[in-house]
Amino acid sequence: MSALSDQLVTFAILAYLVAMISHAVEYALGNARAVPAAAPSRELVGAGVGGAGGTVEAPAAPVQNRAGRSAQRALVAGRIAGWVTALAAALHLGALVTRGVAAERMPWGNMYEFVLTVTFIGTAAWLAVLWKRPALRRLGLFLTLVMVLLLAFAELKLYVQVTPLMPALQSYWFVIHVSTIVFASGIFLLGVVPAAAYLMRAGWEQGRRSFPYTLARRLPAAAGLERMTFALHAFAFPIFTFAVIAGAIWAEAAWGRAWGWDPKETWAFISWVVYAGYLHARATPSIKRNVATWIAVLGFLTMLMNLFGVNFFFTGLHSYAGVS
Amino acid sequence: MTTVDDRPATPPAAAPRRRVNPVLALLRNSWRQLTSMRTALILLFLLAVAAIPGSVLPQRGVNPEKVNQYFVDHPDLAPKLDRIGAFAVFGSIWFSAIYLLLFTSLVGCILPRLRDHLRALRSRPPAAPKRLDRLPQHAVLEAPAAADPAAIAAVLRRRRWRVEVRGNEVSAEKGYLKETGNLLFHTSLVAVLLGVALGSWYGWHGNRLLVAGAENAFCNTRQQYSEASLGPRVDSSDLPPFCLTLDDFHAKFLPSGQPASFRATVTVDEPDGSKRTADFSVNSPLRLGSANVYLLGHGYAPILKYTDRYGRSQTSTVPFLTTGDVGLTGEGLAAFPDANVDPKTGKRAADQQVAFDGLYLPTAPDTGPFVTSKFPEERNPAVVLVAYRGNLGLDAGIPGSVYKLDQRQVDNGKLKQLGDQKLGVGEKWTLDDGSTLEFLGTKPYVTLSVRYAPGQALLLGACVVLLAGLMGSLFGRRRRVWFRVTPPDDGSPTSGSSLVEAGGLPRTEHPGFADEFAQLVAAVRADERTREGVE
Ligand code: HEM
Repeated sequence: MSALSDQLVTFAILAYLVAMISHAVEYALGNARAVPAAAPSRELVGAGVGGAGGTVEAPAAPVQNRAGRSAQRALVAGRIAGWVTALAAALHLGALVTRGVAAERMPWGNMYEFVLTVTFIGTAAWLAVLWKRPALRRLGLFLTLVMVLLLAFAELKLYVQVTPLMPALQSYWFVIHVSTIVFASGIFLLGVVPAAAYLMRAGWEQGRRSFPYTLARRLPAAAGLERMTFALHAFAFPIFTFAVIAGAIWAEAAWGRAWGWDPKETWAFISWVVYAGYLHARATPSIKRNVATWIAVLGFLTMLMNLFGVNFFFTGLHSYAGVS
Repeated sequence: MTTVDDRPATPPAAAPRRRVNPVLALLRNSWRQLTSMRTALILLFLLAVAAIPGSVLPQRGVNPEKVNQYFVDHPDLAPKLDRIGAFAVFGSIWFSAIYLLLFTSLVGCILPRLRDHLRALRSRPPAAPKRLDRLPQHAVLEAPAAADPAAIAAVLRRRRWRVEVRGNEVSAEKGYLKETGNLLFHTSLVAVLLGVALGSWYGWHGNRLLVAGAENAFCNTRQQYSEASLGPRVDSSDLPPFCLTLDDFHAKFLPSGQPASFRATVTVDEPDGSKRTADFSVNSPLRLGSANVYLLGHGYAPILKYTDRYGRSQTSTVPFLTTGDVGLTGEGLAAFPDANVDPKTGKRAADQQVAFDGLYLPTAPDTGPFVTSKFPEERNPAVVLVAYRGNLGLDAGIPGSVYKLDQRQVDNGKLKQLGDQKLGVGEKWTLDDGSTLEFLGTKPYVTLSVRYAPGQALLLGACVVLLAGLMGSLFGRRRRVWFRVTPPDDGSPTSGSSLVEAGGLPRTEHPGFADEFAQLVAAVRADERTREGVE
């Protein structure tokens, strides 16, 4: 079972890679002006977020000119990318389930499993977003890139054999704590994709034509990306808050103190405060949206620091890090 | 989101110019600054940054040994860092200053908003603007002859809008939950802080090691703890007088040596004199009424019997502290300062004291070196000891650790090494002077943390409110709608139809408002239809 899980992870990485390449092909072929408003019905679906150029779904009738053909191909590539991402997600889920079966517990016992689950949540949430807002599909390039990087890192650097949980982790509060942390992290992970895309796209829309901004030429409109960033963060923040509280309840039972400023707790606090700062900044009219969005990105960096940095650099009571 | 004003840092320019006391003006201005969103943001940011050293540098509250190690490793830097509180970041002046300012700002922010919100809750939804067609949402519907504002109001009320009917106009508002939630959230932050403060003022905790057996029982007093800390409002005499005896300890391990489960069985002597036995474990502490007892770790205490050259023996049960490996190798010292007292003179010979320093291996390997245990269970228990005789330095007035040999005495030659030996259970080692050491077996020990933390219930309650408030604040949406009924043109109430105009205004970002508005209008229309059918 455990070997099967490992193989599924490898296949999932490959599938993400294929999806990423398809997205890249779509990106390369896609011509923003080729299919202006060709499919109003689809445009409507995406109206809340997309809108400006390049993200419109296929026109029903074949398009004659060359630009049209290439747009057509781009569309096919994009669709393939979407389906392959779904396939990758299925493999990814399979890997998690088999790992859980092999370990006879929830697959959140160590950092390897933790990253595996966080990335799966990110993808699943992405597929849900894609379902509702197909116009955002081009963000998939960044998402699949992040997935490939994180999963490859997990596989190469964090991999550990299946082991049962330490006694300190045998508590249902632990299950609640970790599942919600994983879930919130997955959504934050997904949220950083439109955040980064927004920062580039906003620069592009203000006429910047230097390197990172040019990447945003074919992205959906900035305002929509920004709204999506906020929606994802507003969704994840209470879950994260709950997860931290659940962690404190569990820590009280396991170690006798709800909060002890162990490095992991400290960084969870930092992330929480930074995300609260993001929500504040966004609610303050005098603060520019790109400043607020930078705070969200910073928030995610603190989450990464907690996930990787703390486990590698500091030792604390959070023994499940599982890297030796 | 955007409707909350960024409280301006400067007073409005239109304010009448009166001569103001400059000190008062300065105070008022500072207060405004402090309670602005921008300041809150900066303070939040500072708080996050200030917490970072708390994770980078070792902290006394988390890991005192590491702090000591840091002093050894960085003899120049450490005292400087210590002076600015870098080893106790979360209690330092600067960290406290930031969060106290933040919470002052918070209270200064909550209070006026609370007042405004209470006022808003009591006030009626405002009258309709003149031109409903200028609002973000607008609709016109034909209604049967006598469209009735009261009927529209009823439809809205059924959908839990707050409704006010003024003549032919209906005003309605919804989504107060947003501000209510936001205020609850921020207020509960203050409650969380209070809970933490209560815990640190009135709480106490102590750590100790407890070896199994009635003779090793401990009672809850300050002296009984190897490490204890009492909140500023707690006195030693306030500690509740209960006693604990470790009856038994069970640990299960996986073949890899990883622990699978623990269970400690204790007898509790309650302050009221009653006695009971109880089990507890890592995730389920022993909850006495007056404190909680947490299981932190466990190990073995070898029982060593030393018979001195005069034939008098003493037995000592010494907890060997685990070194952190999987096999639970323990490290310890059995000291016999009263050994070799001449029975004739009754005089204690200071240079005839004896000590055994070394390791305990629950599962010793079959062949040497005997330095690490193979497994945490006692499958082949053995002690590996070095014997010393001489002056242990215990009387020198220098407080020494009972678990460690005073290395200085060895260095200055007052304590002599006599060789080393591995002993299995029941084995005896005869030293050069004819005295013997026998390894009789072991007893389990546990390390415990005993804690009392008032304010936990407040904390938990505050957290629940905090979450509920947060959800209300993030997902609540304030919006207003108006309906205006224009009677039929010809003035005859029985013929023609009246016109109902509707307008909607989302007061916070609300992507779904258009849908909601459309549904509302449809509901009003449907209601009119059914009423028409009835008439
Ligand atoms: C103790 C530190 C604080 C924390 C952790 C905190 C956290 C938060 C969070 C998470 C939100 C998002 C909820 C929402 O969007 O409605 C929020 C909103 C808000 N906070 Fe704070 N806050 C703090 C202090 C303050 C202070 C000092 C002020 C006043 C200056 C303030 C004023 C507000 C306002 C007005 C909103 C509503 C923004 C909106 O319209 O959504 N907060 N706060």
